[in-house]
Amino acid sequence: MATPNTPLWEVFIRSRNGLAHKHVGSLHASDATMALQAARDIYTRRGEGLSIWVVPSSAITASDPAEKGMMFEPAESKIYRHPTFYEVPEEVGHM
Amino acid sequence: MYTQALNTAETDDRGLEDAGKAAQFQARIDAEERIEPNDWMPAAYRKTLTRQISQHAHSEIVGMLPEGNWITRAPTLRRKAALLAKVQDECGHGLYLYAAAETLGSSREELVDAMLAGKAKYSSIFNYPTLTWADIGTIGWLVDGAAIMNQIPLCRCSYGPYARAMIRVCKEESFHQRQGYEIMVTLCRGSDEQKAMAQDALNRWWWPVLMMFGPPDATSQHSDTSTKWKIKRFSNDELRQKFVDATVPQAQYLGLTIPDPGMTQDADGHWRYSEIDWSEFKQVLAGNGPCNRDRMAARRKAHEEGAWVREAAAAYAAKRAQRQSAQAAE
Repeated sequence: MATPNTPLWEVFIRSRNGLAHKHVGSLHASDATMALQAARDIYTRRGEGLSIWVVPSSAITASDPAEKGMMFEPAESKIYRHPTFYEVPEEVGHM
Repeated sequence: MYTQALNTAETDDRGLEDAGKAAQFQARIDAEERIEPNDWMPAAYRKTLTRQISQHAHSEIVGMLPEGNWITRAPTLRRKAALLAKVQDECGHGLYLYAAAETLGSSREELVDAMLAGKAKYSSIFNYPTLTWADIGTIGWLVDGAAIMNQIPLCRCSYGPYARAMIRVCKEESFHQRQGYEIMVTLCRGSDEQKAMAQDALNRWWWPVLMMFGPPDATSQHSDTSTKWKIKRFSNDELRQKFVDATVPQAQYLGLTIPDPGMTQDADGHWRYSEIDWSEFKQVLAGNGPCNRDRMAARRKAHEEGAWVREAAAAYAAKRAQRQSAQAAE
């Protein structure tokens, strides 16, 4: 008999104070409490984290990789959004 | 992103293997781009990786058995704590790898069930027994050493989730090899009996460890496409030679003899080993190694005895969800 499926969770860990939570991987657990405990055991065996978030994978809405051109092209053509686009005379020094 | 749920939302055009898409895919690989779970990929790439990553995961899990055998009998508390931490790491590595395999569209349960049914393989090295404490040192030194040799190039594998899992595994694995070598150093500096025990373990593990790199390049069935797809960066024989060259000086430091009287060093400094007995490899792969039946029986027993825990956790989660929705309705 096939084993019934257990829900999938995405794990995010904040490594040090001041840094954002970062995605580190995923795991299976039947509820949030167990997901948090499993995340502690699987992803922080060497003191990697100060804080853990677990999020049901099914709650994530992702952009479609096939449409990444349409999605991100508008930002690529706007080089004037970067500081290096602008020329400041050398005599002015660091700005 | 590790959500395999997103994969199923893709259209069904994969089976048709559009030539244009396949060429585009190969161009991405050639440009050293990483392939991510929701990207288009040839069905054969998906199948190859599902097989390789899940076998790798099974190996980590089964690999806990030969070493777990010695946790309660470790000679000191320091050794016991280290071995326990190492075996926990192997479990963690198995779980990272299962998560990476799942992004290709198979569920964890399908992967585990395939292993328990004997349909999916795990590394043959774990079908050898750990008879003495020196075996624990030798496993860390040689088995983990060989695994690292294999896994470092996999950190640059074309499939993103696999490469990321391997980076994490490699970081943790270096402690495994060092703790194994430390055990060997201690034994080799010990009494004559202890040194003899270390030599005996090396004698038994040397050839099986060389077989871990897989069949010779001339006969390997998976190498060509895996190389084209940049899943594999070095051939079996290249990695095996690198391993031998790295290991011989370590054995010399210990004052141990590699059980290969025909071994010679060539002009370029490479240590040339004798012919490997591939009939033994085939026998173990076919299920006739010293511990194949034991390992499978132990995995099945653990899975069956854990069934009530999985059921209870699922029932508890369902009850809580039901109660919450009833409260929300009030």
